[in-house]
Amino acid sequence: MTFLKNRLVWPVAMLALLLLCALIFSDGFFDIRIQDGHLFGTPINILRASAPLVLVAVGMTLVISTGGIDLSVGSVMAVSGAMACLIIGDLANQNSVGGVTLAVVAAIALSLVLGLWNGFLVAVLGIQPIIATLILMVAGRGLAQLITSGQIINVQSSPYKVIGTGFVLGLPVSVLIAVAVLVIAALLTRRTALGLLLESVGGSPVASRLAGIQARRLTIMVYVVSAACAGIAGLIYSSNVSSADGNNAGNLIELDAILAVVIGGTALTGGRFSLAGTALGAILIATLDTTAQAVGIPPETTLVFKAVVVVVLCLAQSPAFRARLFRRPAARPAARAEVPA
Amino acid sequence: MIDVSTTPATNKSGPAAGRRRTYRPNAQYIPVLATLTLLIVMYTLGAVNYENFTHPSVILNLFTDNAFLMVVAVGMTFVILTGGIDLSVGAVIALTSTVAATLLQAGWPAGVVIPTVLLVGGVLGLGMGAVIHFFKVEPFIATLAGMFLARGVALLIDQNSIPITNGFWTGLAEARIVFEPGVYISAMALVALAVVAVAAVVLAWSRFGRNVYAIGGNADSALLMGLPVGRTRIGVYTLSGFCAALGGLIYSITTTSGYAGHGTGTELDAIAAVVIGGVLLTGGSGYVLGTVLGVLVLGMINTIVNFQSLNSWWARMAIGVLLFAFIVLQRLVTRRAK
Repeated sequence: MTFLKNRLVWPVAMLALLLLCALIFSDGFFDIRIQDGHLFGTPINILRASAPLVLVAVGMTLVISTGGIDLSVGSVMAVSGAMACLIIGDLANQNSVGGVTLAVVAAIALSLVLGLWNGFLVAVLGIQPIIATLILMVAGRGLAQLITSGQIINVQSSPYKVIGTGFVLGLPVSVLIAVAVLVIAALLTRRTALGLLLESVGGSPVASRLAGIQARRLTIMVYVVSAACAGIAGLIYSSNVSSADGNNAGNLIELDAILAVVIGGTALTGGRFSLAGTALGAILIATLDTTAQAVGIPPETTLVFKAVVVVVLCLAQSPAFRARLFRRPAARPAARAEVPA
Repeated sequence: MIDVSTTPATNKSGPAAGRRRTYRPNAQYIPVLATLTLLIVMYTLGAVNYENFTHPSVILNLFTDNAFLMVVAVGMTFVILTGGIDLSVGAVIALTSTVAATLLQAGWPAGVVIPTVLLVGGVLGLGMGAVIHFFKVEPFIATLAGMFLARGVALLIDQNSIPITNGFWTGLAEARIVFEPGVYISAMALVALAVVAVAAVVLAWSRFGRNVYAIGGNADSALLMGLPVGRTRIGVYTLSGFCAALGGLIYSITTTSGYAGHGTGTELDAIAAVVIGGVLLTGGSGYVLGTVLGVLVLGMINTIVNFQSLNSWWARMAIGVLLFAFIVLQRLVTRRAK
């Protein structure tokens, strides 16, 4: 039974179960074909749909590993997309690669500034992360609508469309971006001491500071990274639909991202994280949506389906629940906060 | 036997207040006083700048338009005081308005529908509280699942807006106390004020209320003191679910419709109102009155934005800026208190 203790067992089992359902109930779910030199098929669609979520969730994982949380990612996505579309919309030639590059750089730079603001609030002013990022979550959508003057800006720019819908070597560009960010983050945190330092800050910021770790600088950094990831995700989203929509871009993605992180076995209290788990969680959520459609579950029930999966997964991962279920004596009775009524 | 539940650790008033000659408000009251000052300043600014702003209906409409938010925010106050959070309230509004409209359409009498709907909200809250307490699932995640579930079930029942033609409902929507032509307070606003009054009394003077503060201050200490942590924690989520259901009823009465899209983002407004009202999100400090002032500030922002005929995104920006100002203020106050 030791393998049941691995935190990734349950998400993997759930993903396998979902794919099994899809295999049984939907014809041709796993058909991947090559068309015009590009890969097509439902699995590819799942990966494409999960790319923005994976990006946002990777940033979120780093923030959560330090014991924080970033509610503003959806708003940052909206702002980033709005900024890029504003600049591209003003270009004389919307197909110029230089202009689009400038727009992308400006959008990501703006995201970095927003992340710096979050980091400043949390690390310098010492405000609780959930409230500090709530400010930007509320104001950010206002900011995005201010940038677009409340309109939906449509752009016709083929270089910009590549980010969300293009293919390189037969693979979707958005998936490649997400994988690249994931790999870079994994290398930086697991092949250097950075991951250890982040977990140390999450475990105890004060103890880390006393041990000579630049806790404040690291905290600011994770919020900047999270905002940058959200900014890139915002570009993918807006490029996919060739427009900027301040209201709907990244709506509720912060909840999906936090969910992905939790499913991946990262504790919301910080001090421990798993990027692989997060990616798995994000793909699981995207698969959930796609499978529900493929199996023929009507779209309006997807939310109920999602709620059931979340409850089952969280209970399966909850040590208290498992202790009750398996009646293992190893469950620390002192940790139980029960009082006879 | 010493009754520990009546001596909260957070209460610092008393001896110090008597010794000082100059009036200095208790540090705990500063955020509430700041919100009150802000409300007065906003009203004065509005009165100076716009015609008809001083008309009594402006203030009375604040209560009428925000009655559902006030009820929801009161429930949220209890949850946040214990250091938790409830993301499901907006979805519960959607669920209860849909259930109410469907049952009424099926010909159920209003006298049965109202208790049923309130029960649905309470049971959902109870379930979330139980999962949070017994299985140690984070409140954020448990109530997120509750949010998906409630909105999902609402969508499952009906995806379209259902009109309510029940006589009791439309009667309540029209019920109001008219002071003079054009100046009235709606029945729903009175319901909201009654909820506020009951909640304030419960929080300030009941054993349950003191337990809520104690858990928010330090759950481990509360447990060691022998307080019923589990019962109280499950109780606040049940209460919040009940308040959200009541908010949903009020919403369905004022709009005379049930719709699965009702109440989108209400959880954010409620949390913002609670924070602007001076309740610490870490729990343990804050008042129901503060939350009411927070709701009124949000309403006042919308009123001013309307009077200035600005776009709604300015209201969002303003709420963001106010959130920032109040959070920094709280930070300064709590730092000085240490």
